[in-house]
Amino acid sequence: MTNRILFILMLVAGLTAPFFAYPVFVMDLLCFALFACAFNLLLGYAGLLSFGHAAFFGGAAYITGYVTKEWGFSPLLGILAGTGFTLVLGSIFGFLAIRRQGIYFAMVTLALAQIIYFLALQMPFTGGENGLQGIPRGELFGFIDLNNSLAMYYFVFAIFLIGFGIIYRTIYSPFGVVLEAIRENESRALSLGYDVDRFKLLAFIISATVAGLAGATKAIVFQFAALTNAHWQTSGEVILMTLVGGLGTVFGPVVGAITVGALSHELSSFGSWVQVILGTIFVVCVMVFRRGIVGEIQRLATRKKD
Amino acid sequence: MSIQVILAQALLGLNVGVFYAMLSLGLAVIFGLLNIINFAHGAMYMLGAFLALIGYSFLEQWFGVSVQIGFWASLVLVPLLVGLLGVLIERFLLRRLYELDHIYGLLLTFGITLILQGLFSNYFNVSGTPYPGQPESLSGVMNLGFMYFPTYRLFAIVFSLVVCFATWFFIEHTKLGSRLRAGVENPDLTQAFGLNVPLMITLTFAFGAGLAGLAGVLAAPMYSVSPLMGADLIIVVFAVVVIGGMGSIMGAILSGLALGLIEGLTKVFYPPAASTVIFFLMVLVLLFRPAGLFGKEK
Amino acid sequence: MFKHLKQGLVVAVAAASLTLPLTAAGALSDDKVKIGVLSDMSGVYKSLEGPGAVIAAEMAIEDFGGSVMGKSIELISADHQNKPDIGASTAREWIDTKEVDMITALDNSSVALSVQGLAKDKKIITMNTGAGSTALTEEQCSPYGIHYVYDTHALPVGTATAMVKNGGKKWFFITADYAFGHSLRDNTGAVVESMGGSVVGNVNAPLSTNDFSSYLLQAQSSGADVIGLANAGQDTVNAIKQANQFRIVQSGQKLAGMLVFLTDVHSMGLDIAQGLQFTTAFVWNQNEESTAWSNRFNERHGAMPTMVQAGVYSAVTNYLNAVKETGTDDTETVRAKLGEMTLNDMFVKGGKIAPNGSMLHDMYLVEVKKPSESKSEWDLLNVISKIPADQAYISMADTKCSLVN
Repeated sequence: MTNRILFILMLVAGLTAPFFAYPVFVMDLLCFALFACAFNLLLGYAGLLSFGHAAFFGGAAYITGYVTKEWGFSPLLGILAGTGFTLVLGSIFGFLAIRRQGIYFAMVTLALAQIIYFLALQMPFTGGENGLQGIPRGELFGFIDLNNSLAMYYFVFAIFLIGFGIIYRTIYSPFGVVLEAIRENESRALSLGYDVDRFKLLAFIISATVAGLAGATKAIVFQFAALTNAHWQTSGEVILMTLVGGLGTVFGPVVGAITVGALSHELSSFGSWVQVILGTIFVVCVMVFRRGIVGEIQRLATRKKD
Repeated sequence: MSIQVILAQALLGLNVGVFYAMLSLGLAVIFGLLNIINFAHGAMYMLGAFLALIGYSFLEQWFGVSVQIGFWASLVLVPLLVGLLGVLIERFLLRRLYELDHIYGLLLTFGITLILQGLFSNYFNVSGTPYPGQPESLSGVMNLGFMYFPTYRLFAIVFSLVVCFATWFFIEHTKLGSRLRAGVENPDLTQAFGLNVPLMITLTFAFGAGLAGLAGVLAAPMYSVSPLMGADLIIVVFAVVVIGGMGSIMGAILSGLALGLIEGLTKVFYPPAASTVIFFLMVLVLLFRPAGLFGKEK
Repeated sequence: MFKHLKQGLVVAVAAASLTLPLTAAGALSDDKVKIGVLSDMSGVYKSLEGPGAVIAAEMAIEDFGGSVMGKSIELISADHQNKPDIGASTAREWIDTKEVDMITALDNSSVALSVQGLAKDKKIITMNTGAGSTALTEEQCSPYGIHYVYDTHALPVGTATAMVKNGGKKWFFITADYAFGHSLRDNTGAVVESMGGSVVGNVNAPLSTNDFSSYLLQAQSSGADVIGLANAGQDTVNAIKQANQFRIVQSGQKLAGMLVFLTDVHSMGLDIAQGLQFTTAFVWNQNEESTAWSNRFNERHGAMPTMVQAGVYSAVTNYLNAVKETGTDDTETVRAKLGEMTLNDMFVKGGKIAPNGSMLHDMYLVEVKKPSESKSEWDLLNVISKIPADQAYISMADTKCSLVN
C-alpha cells in the first residue's frame, strides 16, 4: 500500500519537476537515485556491502562518452554500450568477489575498483584528470534533439523508470525472496538446497548493470565523464544516500538521493561544512535512524494499522 | 638502472613503508582484537598531524594562549589526545553497535571520517600547510654515499620501527597482551575470570587510535599537513592489512614495510602503476590466500 | 512662434529621454551585468587566485562606479575544487539560471577548457586569467574565450631561453599530470630543443602531490642539467622545498620553476627561493599605478597581488568599459569591442586581444632576490629583462586556432 502511494508520488514529482526546478539538477538527482537503487539491491536485499560500485558508475560514463563522441553512436546506443560494459565488468568482479564473505568481499570490491580507477586515470582515451569532455547530447531516435533541456529530462526520467522497474521486479520476485533469505541466514538457505553463490552473483551483476546505466546516462546529461565518478568517495556517497533514505526499502534510495543531493546543492556555498553535515547525518543515521526516512515511514504506517 | 638509483628509491620506499606499517598495525590491532574496521583510522592520522600543527603554530592565534607545543612534546601529547577521542568514540558510539551487523561499525567510522575531514577543510588548505616545527637537532642531511637523505626521515624510520616492534612484543609476549587476546577470543569466559573486558576493549581502540595519531605527528614535518592526507592513505592501509592478514600484528608490520618497498621500486621501473600495484597484490592474496600471508582464518 | 518651437523641443527632448532608457534597458540582458568568478577557493591554487580574485573583481566593480548605464553590476563566485566536472556544472547552472554574462578567473586548465567549451556553446564570454594551457587559444580556441594573463608558450620563452643560454642543455621534467602540466612540458620542451638542448626524461606526478622525493631522485639520476617543474602553486612550492631537503641543487642540478607566483616565493621564503628565475606578466611595483593599487589590494586581502589576481581586476574593468562603450552586454558585440580596444591600465600597457582570444602583452623575466637584497616583506623580485609580446605569444600567422587559420 505504501509502495503504491510512494510510486504515484514519485511519478507525479518526476513528471512535473522540470517546471519547478533546474532540469539539469533534477537529472543529476535521478542518476544518483538510480545508482543508489542499484546499490541498495546488493546491500539492502542481498546483504552484500560493495565498496567499489563507483567503478561501474564512472566506468560506464567513459565508455558511453567515448562511443558517442568518437564513434558517433546515438545517445541511446551509447548508453546501452556503457551499460553493456558494466554488465561484463560486473560479471568479472562478481565472480572474483563472491568467493569471499563479509568484510573481505567489501575489500575485494574496493581493490578491483581501485584498479579501474587507475585505468581511468592512465588510459589515453579517458583524458586522465581532465576527464572525457565534449560528449554530444545527440538526437534520440534520429529526430529528438537532446540539447533541449525538456526533451533530455524526459528521456532521463524514462531511463530512470526503466532502471527502477528492473530493480523493483528483481526485489518482488521469487529470486528476490531467496536473496533476502540468504541475507538473513546464509547457511540455512544453503542447507535448503539453494545455490547461494549463484544468487549472490546474479544480484551483483544486476546491481552493477543498473549502476552502469545510471553512470552512462549522467555522462550524456553533463556531456562529461569525470574521474571523480570512479573514485571510491563516490561509492561512499551512494552508501550515505541509501542509508539516509532507507536500507532495504524500495523507495529509500530515491528519497535518500534527493535528500543528500538537494542538501549538498543548497549548502554548496558553505564549502566544507557540507561534508561535516553529511558526516553527522551519517553518524546519526547509523546510531539511531537505521531504518532511514522511508523505513521510518513504513514503520509508522504499519503501526497505524494496529 | 644503477644500483644507486635502486637503493635510493628503496630507502624512500622504506620511508613510506614504515608509515604503512604503523597505520596498518593500529588497524590490525583494532580489527584483530575487536573485529571492528576502523574507517576513521586515516582521519585520526590526519588529526594527529593537525594537533601537532595547531599546537605549534596556532595556539596563540586561535586561543590566545602563548604556548608553543614543540615536536617532542607533541610526540607524547598528541597520541594521548587522539587516544582520548578514541575512548569517546568507542564508549559512546561504537559500543552500541556491537550487537548489530559489522558494517554499521564501518559506516559509523566512515561518517566520523567525513566530519573530521570537513571540519579541517574549512580552516586549512586542502593541498597542505607546512609544519614548521621540525626540531633543529634533526634538521640537515646525512650523506649516505648513494644519496643525501634528510636526517629527519631517517629518524622517522627508526622511531617507527621501534614503535612497531614494541607494540608487537607487548601484544604477543606480555601478560597484559595475552589477557587482551583472551578477552577477544572469549569475552564471557575472560570476564568470568574477573577481567574487565569492556574496559580492555575501550583501551585497545584508544591505543589503535593513538598509534594513528602518533604516525600523524611523525608525518607532519615530512609532508605538509592536509585535511585529506588520511583519505587516500586509508585505502592503501586497508590493502596492507588484508595482505598481511587481518588478525596478525606481525603480518601488518612486515606487509607494510614490504609493500612500501615494492611501491618504491615500482616507481623506478613503471611509475604510473606505483599506487595500484598494492591493489593488484591484494586481489591476488584475497583469491588465493584469503586469510592473508600471515593470518589465521577466522 | 518660438514659444511653440521651444515647447515642441521640450516635448521632443522629454519624449526622447523617456525612450532612451528603454532601449538601453533592453540592451542589457536581465537588466544587469553579472560577472562570475570561478576559482580554486580551497586547494592547490587558492593563494594565487581564489578569494583574492573575488576581491580584485569587487575592487574593479567599485572603481568602475558600481553600475553601468544606471543598471547594477553583480558579482557571483564559487569554488571549482580543481574538478572540471564541478567547474562545468557550476558554470552551466550560472548561465542557465543565474543570468551570468561573463566568467573570469578559471585557474586550472582542465576546468578552464571545459568551461570555455561550455561557454562557447552557450555564447558567454570567458576571460581566463588563471589557467595556462595554450589549448585555450590554439586547438580548442573559442570565439568568446579570452586568455588574458599568461600561457604555457610565453613562460618557457622567458625562462627556458635564459636557462639554456646559461648552460642548461639537458632537461628532465616533473610534470603535473593534467592539461596544464602536459601543455607546459610540451611547450618548454619545444623551446629547449629549438635552442639546441634536449629533453632526457619526464615523470608525471598527480596534481596536488605532497611528496616529490621519489620524482626528484629520478630527476637526479637522469643526469639532466635542469629539472623543469611543469607544475604550479603548492606543487611547485613542495617540489622546491623538498629539492632543498635532498640537496639536489647543491649536488649540481638547477631547478626551473616554469610557473611561479609571488605567493609561492613568499611561502617558500627567500632562503630557499633565492636565485630562482621565472617568467611573469606583472610585478606589483612595476609602475606607480600598480604600486598604489597593490597596496589597496594588500589592505583588503592580506597579501600582495599575484599576476592573475591583478589580471582579474584588469579584465573585469576592461569588460565593463566595453559594455559601457557599446551600450550592451550582448556577447558578440562586446567581444568585438574587446578585440578593437588597446588595453592600458595598471596591469598592462598596449595590450591587444587577438582573434584567437590571446591577450598579447609584454612579459618579464624575473629573479628572486637574495635575503639581503629584500627591503620589505613583499620586496621579493628583481626584473631581469622584458620579453616583447610578439616573442612571448604565438603569432596569428602560426596559430592553430581554426577561427584564424
